[in-house]
Formats: sequence, C-alpha cells, structure tokens
Amino acid sequence: MRSIRAAAVGAVTLSLALAASACGGGSATGGGSGDSPKTLTYWASNQGASIEVDKKVLQPELDKFEKETGIKVKLEVVPWSDLLNRILTATTSGQGPDVLNIGNTWSASLQATGALLPWDGKNFDAIGGRDRFVDSALGSTGVQGEDPAAVPLYSMAYALYYNKKMFADAGISEPPATWDELVETGRKISKDGGKWGLGAEGSNLSNNIHQVFVLGKQHGADFFTADGKPDFTSDGAVAAVKQYVDLMAKDKVVAPGNAEYAQNQSLSDFAKGKTAMVLWQTASATFKSLGMKDDEWGVAPAPVPSGAPGTGKATNSMVAGINLAVFKNTHNRDGATEFVKFMTSDAEQKILNQAYGSIPPVKAAQADPAFGAPSTAVLRETLATSAAALPQVPDESQFETAVGTAVKELFADAAAGRAVTTESVKARLAKAQQQMLAK
Amino acid sequence: MSSTLPAERPPLTRPKAPARSPMAAPRSFLWTRRVFLTLLTGFVLLPVYVMVSSSLKPLQDVSGEFRWLPSGLTIRPYIDIWSTVPLADYFVNSLIVAGAATVCSVVIAVFAAYAVSRYDFRGKRVFSVTVLSTQMFPGILFLLPLFLIYVNIGNATGIALFGSRGGLILTYLTFSLPFSIWMLIGYFDSVPRDLDEAAMVDGCGPLRALISVVVPAAVPGIVAVAVYAFMTAWGEVLFASVMTNETTRTLAVGLQGYSTQNDVYWNQIMAASLVVSVPVVAGFLLLQRYLVAGLTAGAVK
Amino acid sequence: MTTTTATARPGARAAGTGTPGAARGGRRPGRLRRIGLPYLLLLPALLLELLVHLVPMVIGIVMSFKELTQFYIRDWGTAPWTGLDNYRVSVDFDAPVGEALLHSFLVTCVFTVLSVGLCWLIGTAAAVCMQDAFRGRGVLRALFLVPYALPVYAAVITWAFMFQHDNGLVNHVLHDQLGLTDKPSFWLIGDNSFIALLVVSVWKGWPFAFLIVMAGLQNIPRELYEAAALDGAGTWQQIRRITLPSLRPVNQVLVLVLFLWTFNDFNTPYVLFGKAAPEAADLISIHIYQSSFVTWNFGTGSAMSVLLLLFLLLVTGVYLFLTSRGRKTADV
Repeated sequence: MRSIRAAAVGAVTLSLALAASACGGGSATGGGSGDSPKTLTYWASNQGASIEVDKKVLQPELDKFEKETGIKVKLEVVPWSDLLNRILTATTSGQGPDVLNIGNTWSASLQATGALLPWDGKNFDAIGGRDRFVDSALGSTGVQGEDPAAVPLYSMAYALYYNKKMFADAGISEPPATWDELVETGRKISKDGGKWGLGAEGSNLSNNIHQVFVLGKQHGADFFTADGKPDFTSDGAVAAVKQYVDLMAKDKVVAPGNAEYAQNQSLSDFAKGKTAMVLWQTASATFKSLGMKDDEWGVAPAPVPSGAPGTGKATNSMVAGINLAVFKNTHNRDGATEFVKFMTSDAEQKILNQAYGSIPPVKAAQADPAFGAPSTAVLRETLATSAAALPQVPDESQFETAVGTAVKELFADAAAGRAVTTESVKARLAKAQQQMLAK
Repeated sequence: MSSTLPAERPPLTRPKAPARSPMAAPRSFLWTRRVFLTLLTGFVLLPVYVMVSSSLKPLQDVSGEFRWLPSGLTIRPYIDIWSTVPLADYFVNSLIVAGAATVCSVVIAVFAAYAVSRYDFRGKRVFSVTVLSTQMFPGILFLLPLFLIYVNIGNATGIALFGSRGGLILTYLTFSLPFSIWMLIGYFDSVPRDLDEAAMVDGCGPLRALISVVVPAAVPGIVAVAVYAFMTAWGEVLFASVMTNETTRTLAVGLQGYSTQNDVYWNQIMAASLVVSVPVVAGFLLLQRYLVAGLTAGAVK
Repeated sequence: MTTTTATARPGARAAGTGTPGAARGGRRPGRLRRIGLPYLLLLPALLLELLVHLVPMVIGIVMSFKELTQFYIRDWGTAPWTGLDNYRVSVDFDAPVGEALLHSFLVTCVFTVLSVGLCWLIGTAAAVCMQDAFRGRGVLRALFLVPYALPVYAAVITWAFMFQHDNGLVNHVLHDQLGLTDKPSFWLIGDNSFIALLVVSVWKGWPFAFLIVMAGLQNIPRELYEAAALDGAGTWQQIRRITLPSLRPVNQVLVLVLFLWTFNDFNTPYVLFGKAAPEAADLISIHIYQSSFVTWNFGTGSAMSVLLLLFLLLVTGVYLFLTSRGRKTADV
C-alpha cells in the first residue's frame, strides 16, 4: 500500500505545483482563443431588443465577412450585466475573445489594464485612417494624449423624447428647450393625477452618471481635475447633482416610483402614456418594440440652462456609444484588425447603425441620408455640436459606481420624502470621493 | 439522543413519526396549530401564486398596476420564452452540469464518507474539519483565483476547464461535497458494521462490501445527498456568470436575459422561472420522503 | 458538524448513541486495518477540495497583500506588495472604506441573527405542529418544502417583482387594499430594503429548518412521550419538556449551518437589488463583491474576504466549543 500513499503525495504535490504556476500570473502563457488564423472570437454587447435580435442582426454580416476573407467569426452576445465582469476575468487570465465591444465610457479604465491593443497610427492606417472617424467619438476612446484603446463603432447621444398626445392634451405646443421650461412643462402635465412630466432611472448607476455629468458641465464643473483626481464636491458638481435629484424632490416632475427604476421601466412608462418626457439615448427602436408608433412621439435636443445647445455650459449630452477593441493577447492580430476594418467600413456602418438606431461614428456613413430622418438628425446634430465625452480617466468605472450610487441613495431619500439639501448632497458626494481616494 | 434505529434498516416507506401522545390534543393546541399553519401556507404560497398567475398574463398586465386576476389568460409567454433567449440550450447545459456534478459528487462523497466512517487513520480529524470549514469560505474570495487556476491548467495541459461545462461541474461538485460527505458519514455510521464485515468474511474486498452492502443500505441518505447536490448546482449564479460563455451558459444566468435593453418581460420571466423550477421542485417533492429519512439517520443524529 | 464533534470524541459518541456496531474501526480485525485504502478513498474528495477551495483560498490570501487594481490585474504577479495596507484600509473605521465595511458587517450581523432566528422559529413550530398525523399533512409538508426547492434565482426574482413600488403586490395589498400605509412604500431602495431582504431570506430559508427539525423529531423515542403522558403531561407540556429539549443536538447543527449560509449569502441580495445594494441592506458578501469586481480593486476585496473568513472561523470555533461543552453535560 506504499504506492498508494506515494500516489496521494504525488497528487497533492501536483496540485500545489499547478497552483504555484497559477501564481505566476495569467499573461505569460495566456492567449486569445484565435490560435488558428482562420477564426476569431467576437464578444458583442447587447444592442438590440434582445440577445436573439442581436444575433439576427450580426450573423449575416459576419457571414459576409467570412465570405470576403475566409475568416470565421464566432459570435457571442454578452448581456450587459455580465460584460464588464467577463472582460475583467478575461484580462486577468489572458483568456479572452479576439475582438470585443466595450461601452465607450470604459475605454480609459480598460486602457489602464493594458489588455487592449493600442490604436497607434499604424493600426489606424490599417483600417483606413483616423480621419475617417468623427472627432467627438474619438474623444471617448481613452486617455487624452495616449493611443486610443478602441475605435468607435456605434455613437449615441441624449435627446429629449416627448409624447405628442400628452403634450397636446396639456396644451403644450413646443418641447422645452431649457431646464426651466422643462420643469414648467412637467408641472403642467403632472397636474393631471397619475401622469408625470419626466421619467428617470434612479437606480441605474450609469444613467445617473450620464445625467449629472451633463448637468455638471452646465454648471461649469467636471468631476475630475485636469490631472485626473476626483473632484466631486465642487459647488458646480453639488449643484448639478442636486438639480437632477430635485426634479423629483422639489420640482415634483418625476414620479417617486422612478427612484427604484434600473431596467428601463421609464421607457415603458413613456410608451404607456404615464410620463410625457424622457431623456434618453437613441430610444426609437425601443419605442417601436414597446408598441409605439413613430408619429406618437417627438424628439428635441436635451435641455440646456439657457440659449441653444453648444459647447461648455451649453453641453446637453454625453458622447454615448460603443467602441470596438482588439484584445492584445489575440493570436490573430491581422485577422482581428481586418475584422475591425470590416465593421467600421462605410457600408457596414450604415447597415449596423441603422439596425440599432444609432449614429455612425464614421464620417462618410454619417452623412448618409438614412440618418437624416428627424429622429436621428437631432442625435447627429447633438453629437456634432454639443456633446462632451465623459472623463477619460482610469478611475472612470469607479466613478460611475461611487457617484452613481450616491445619486441613487439621494433619489431614495427624495422618494421617501426626506429633504435633499445642498449639505446632504455634498455629504454623499464627499463620501463617494473619499472612497475613490482611499484605494 | 439515543437512537431508535433497529439493526435492520427501516423500510423505505414514509418514516413513522412518533406521535406525541395517545391522548387527544387540547383545543388550544389545535387552534394554535390551525391558525399558524394557515398563515404559513399563505406566506409560502403567495409568491408561488404570483409566479403562476403572472406567467399567464399578457405583458400589459404585469408591467402595469398589480392585479390579482389576469385580464385575460394567455399562454403566449410560455411560447415566447424559448425565442427571447435560447432557453432550451441553457436548459440542456444546466441538466448536463447539474447532472454530472450530482453523480460525481455522490460517488466521491460515498467513498470519502466510507473511509471516515469505517477506518481509523491519521489525519482523519484534520480531513473532517477542513472539509467542513470550506462551508465558511466566502465565494467571492476564491472566484477570481479559481478562475486563474482553471485558465492555467488549461494552458498547461490543454484541458479546457474555463468556459467549459467541465470546469463548472468540477466547481459545483465541490460546493456540495462537504455537506454530502458529512451527511453520509452519519448515515454510514448507522449502517451496522456487521453487515459489511459479514460480506468481507464471504470473501468480498472492502470496495465490494461498500458497493454491494453498504450503499444499498444507505439509499435514502444517498438520495438526500443527490437532491442537495443537484439543487446546489441548478441554482448557482455567481460562478456561472463568470465561468460560462454563450454555449455553456446555464439557466440561472440565462434567465437574466429576459431583462433586456428595452423592457422587463415580467410575464416571460415568471414563465421561464416556472419552467426551470419544475424539474427541481418535482424531483425534490418526489424524493422528499427519502430526504427526511436520509436526514433522520444521517445529519441530525 | 455533529461529526466534527463526534470524531473528536469517538468514545463518547459510541457510548452516547449506543448503536450496535458503531465502535470505531481501530479495534476491528486485521483486514480492515489496511492503511492505504482510506487515503485512496479520500483522494478524489481531497484533490477536488484542494483544487477548488483550498488552493484558491491561499491565492486569495496572497492577493490580499497586493495592490491589485486595474493597473495590475493583467499580470497580477507583478502587482506590488503592499504589506498590510489593504487590511489597514479595511479596518480603518474612521475612513469611508472602513466605515462602510463596518456598517455592512453590522447590517449583516443583525440580518443574520434575525433571519436565522426566524427561520429556526418558524421551522421548529411548523415541524412540531405537524408531528401528529392529520388530514392533509402530506400535502402541506410538500407545499412547505417548495420555497427551499425553488432555484434561488426564480424565487428571488418573483419577490423582486412583488416588492416593486408602483406595480408590486406588496404595496397593492398594504396600501391599496388594506390602507395600512398613507402612501406606497419603497421596498427595494431605502431603509425598507432591509425588511424586504429579511422576508425573502426567511421565506427561502425556513423550510430547511423545518426539514431538519422534522428529521430530528423522528429520533425522539415514543416511550418518552408515553411516559410523560402517564405522568399526566398534556400536549403543551410534552412539547416543552420532551420535544424541545430532545431537539437540542439537532439545533446545534442547524443553527450553525443556517448561520454560515445566511452570513455568506450572495445570491439573494444580488438578485433582489442588483450590483449596488441599498445601504440598509448592504450585506457583507455583496459589499465585498462590489469592492472587488465593481471598483476593480481585488486586493482590498480579498483582504475583506480574509477578515470575513477569520471572523466566521472564530464564531464557529467558539460556538462549537460552547455548545459541545453544554451538550456533554446535558446529553451523556
């Protein structure tokens, strides 16, 4: 029976050895799954009504790509709830896809991990040059002054969507252009019991961030200093957050129930005629799937403090969108680049962005009349003139969590009828800021 | 805590609960019991009712104000669930993963429990304590490391654990292993030793004795352990969300697909929840008498 | 868990149970005393535990001494050692991170005590109520086990549906139908979220207590009741004098298991609230998850996990020590 004991010892040693090799870190031996030059793995984000819809949109295009190049693309549509975790684990282990979609606000954070292929001049040339892309979209691809970590794929912008019939019923002829007008309009509509002026997603951290970021711009505040340090408690930032939460707390144009929304319930409220307005990015496809006809809703630029949308304090949207990145560990870099080139080609850009209701970040495709319809024209205009990129700092994803949560808790206070004051807002933001600095 | 177990295993019918007393219970007790059990039934059934009724409602009923009765019954959600997400694929994955994890977990637990129950050996206590203490580990602590190990094993040996069903099976079976071993030790302890010794006198090896004598005598315990292992694997969310990909995704993760960019299809969520619950709940209820018998002899002694 | 104590005191156990043939194997004839076989039988279990639990845990502990932020996760071997920094940050209760951790820890403690207490209470009461046969007992028993058998995800998502502010059943009943609240309450955000979490946790957990206590009741010898009945004890007295004391050893295990499962529960808050739990219901597991996965700081997250593990080890050790001492005097 000696041998058995020896075997046991051996097995234990073996597993310890495996563990030890694991301690060596993942990148040494890790590799993308594209060991063969004729296949690629592609993680797409969920852009359409469901994962199945995404597959139906993308698969024909991937087939086209295979026909052109002989490279087979294995598609996986990753739900948003999993995408960031999947990317993180892929980064840690080096075992990931060859090409992937990322939310453009994650660009700088993911860039800091060094897991994504930097898009230097040479790489850009391989896909037709940097000039092909719109500047605002390129502004959301990584830390300024560094080679972008990804290239823009779909662009989106915030706009004010309104329900035409509800506006008519309340005797409102024009969509509001400033915040004061919006509040006034909202109050007129809220007079009717059970109807509300504006929808919000109080428990959706990213959405909170997008809204207060724009309001911050309008108050002349950035949430980060020029050298990338968190700066959440400036007067402007506090005023911005308070203004957003006050839409529920003080102005009462947002239904208290919206404080717990995190899964786009505000859109279904909108489609049902419970709320008259939402601030949203590219909502048209969603409205259609919710059974709303195209002539039932209108779209206008998101409100500004005064005057017309523009830059600086007249900013009225963040640059929203999806970027396409190449995983550095890919064994098929040429194929991956080829694929990026294909996806950002004028023809594909038109097809894909039309399918998703977004705006092509590629100039030539954007100019296409297909994107000149009134609903998309507003978005295109906003992107071109009055959208700002979220802070491109490595801490961006922590910022979303920390400040997004602070806004969520403030909404919870407002919904429960507790007072939201400048002090309480500042206290929450101070706590969020300290959490960022402590690490 | 003296055991009432006879030398022979009790027959596998419903275990007889010892009645408290031959006298009739007093009214106060009967009324308390009636009220308490009624309230409890309501509490238990409420979500079940909501699940069933909502799954039969049209979408506007579930995304509007709550109503007890549907405005109209529809089986549409039960049809739609299969196309909104590839539920059938997830179902197959879950079945494979949970099934394999259960079988492996039971086999391994039987061996380990037999060793602990029948032998004295050095390190026995360390083994028991270690295995049980793994129950305390916060899953978060070893999620990322485990992932790293799997990837490294994959790179070193070519055995794809990460992203494959195999990795998930391995993970889940160890989740249920400690509890299973512990329960089976208790159960095996109550299987009279004379049985396996008699078999060995007849010329069986210890393994033959285990398989042909001890295991058949311990069926309720083994069934109980299997049910537990299956449930553990069927419902796990955290590891599945990181360790699976499109082709290996399990139900627990796949169900999140019904909350999409656009809307929360509550009626479909409820329908899908019911569909994925039916196999476990049915199996559980069918086997519950084994479970009670197994726990009686194993865990709670 | 009983076994832990039992293997620790084989003699006491054998004497206590009095099961024939339960004497330990060491005194058995020669052929059973083969040394290698038990190890061989244990090997698969041991290897798997090593692979999936122990080695990852060791790696996790190593990580807790590193500065493992997004800058290093790609090749975490190169992440700088930070000594005890991660721990210092975690337990600095004057600073926000430590304060939040402490808050989360306290919330978890209160939650666990209440949840385990209620689960135990309801489970025991139900099991005792259903000790005697009555019509429909089998059906009721099956029914009561349903919450336990349901996959966590399916059960909790249903509760989330019911707890919605605008369209949920709970507010429909409490506010619209019974008029108990002046306006609909929030259950998934704000302070009430603690109650919501507790309700779901108890709903899901009590059948386990029920199951175990029910099994425990089967081991109470009938003669005890008969003797008590002869002494003139009524049903209530029988429950108080015989049933409950006899359940002590069962409870020892049950409470410990429930404690560990509840304290570490991740699935319930995660499905109920999503990635950012409200402060009032910020259980430690979800807090650590957020500290590592959402903010990409795996070093601090690991340090927090290690602290949690130490705490659980301590509690379990003290608990087992105290209860087995009590048991020794009460039981043998």
